[in-house]
Amino acid sequence: MNLFLDLFLTFAKIGLFTFGGGYAMIALIENTCVEKKQWITHDEMMNTIVVAESTPGPIAINCATYVGYKQKGIVGALIATIGMILPSFCIIFAISKFLDHFLEITWIAHAFQGIKIAVGILILDAAIKMLQTMQKKPLPKAFMLCAFAAMLLINIFSVRISSIVLMLAAGLISLIIFMVSKPAARGGAGK
Amino acid sequence: MILLELFIGFLKVGCFAFGGAYGAIPLIRDVVLSYGWLDDEMLTYMIGVSESTPGPIMVNLATYVGSSQAGVLGSLVATLAVVLPSFIIILLVTALLKAVLKNPYVQAVLRGLKPCMIGIILATGVYMIIRNGIVIQDSVLMVRPLILTLVLGALYFGSRKIKKGGISPILLICISAAAGIAAYGL
Repeated sequence: MNLFLDLFLTFAKIGLFTFGGGYAMIALIENTCVEKKQWITHDEMMNTIVVAESTPGPIAINCATYVGYKQKGIVGALIATIGMILPSFCIIFAISKFLDHFLEITWIAHAFQGIKIAVGILILDAAIKMLQTMQKKPLPKAFMLCAFAAMLLINIFSVRISSIVLMLAAGLISLIIFMVSKPAARGGAGK
Repeated sequence: MILLELFIGFLKVGCFAFGGAYGAIPLIRDVVLSYGWLDDEMLTYMIGVSESTPGPIMVNLATYVGSSQAGVLGSLVATLAVVLPSFIIILLVTALLKAVLKNPYVQAVLRGLKPCMIGIILATGVYMIIRNGIVIQDSVLMVRPLILTLVLGALYFGSRKIKKGGISPILLICISAAAGIAAYGL
């Protein structure tokens, strides 16, 4: 199949089945772009998601743009991104024109009760896969556990702190540790 | 002019919405209410719809608000505006990424960012499963969410033991929708 068409259809499919924000989409990207199509490696996906989390905008768009660009340059990025957006654009547009009481349609509400649970499972799955490839050293483990505990508390007490604050803190602390330890290591080697 | 307002308003959202949709919602609320496009109740409804339809929540919301203000053109303009910043940023970052990733300081930052992000995603997953699976109403534990969680979880993770790769995420979404209809509707 033509790679452009393949990019478009793959991301349209991901867009159509992504519920509940970007984290759930990570499992879909991992399943299609990493495992099946092998367009990007797991490491590249991790880097993209880190970049996506540290830059503004929807994570899904960032991922689609990156994968598309890697395969077919700017045109590829454009096609993958349009593919990602098109299904939801059509659905939302149709709802806004024709359905005034979308949330009151009972079978959709029931389906969503199930989907909500699947979304949690997919996010957990994405996290487990990332954990498996994480370096098993004390420092990354400590970062992971602190972020886990902090984010859980933020969720439980619904504090209005964005995850970006945690990311900034982790990046900064890691940089400081590096800068403090580097001269020491160099000095040690020099003597 | 409403189209220009929509474009600028959602460009702002696209530029400053860090940390995914849940970080973006307060920002979108500010923008939408300050332009007076919708009242709070209608916006809350639209957020609900955007969360329960497929696709990135931010993009859905932009499409919805745009359409409500200026029809097809409005939804196109708002959607384009919300997507544009991250599209451009990723292209720039990707073009520079290889060189930048080799920088030892960038690597040091990434060494902290990656495990932190894994922790955030893990916490989000765990929290969502607990919140949606263990529902207590009038001090009674609801049975259906708990059973749905156990069945879907066992199906998704258990299927990998039987067949390599197991059930795909897309199939899980389809099964979960059907299971939801069966559990609550029948």
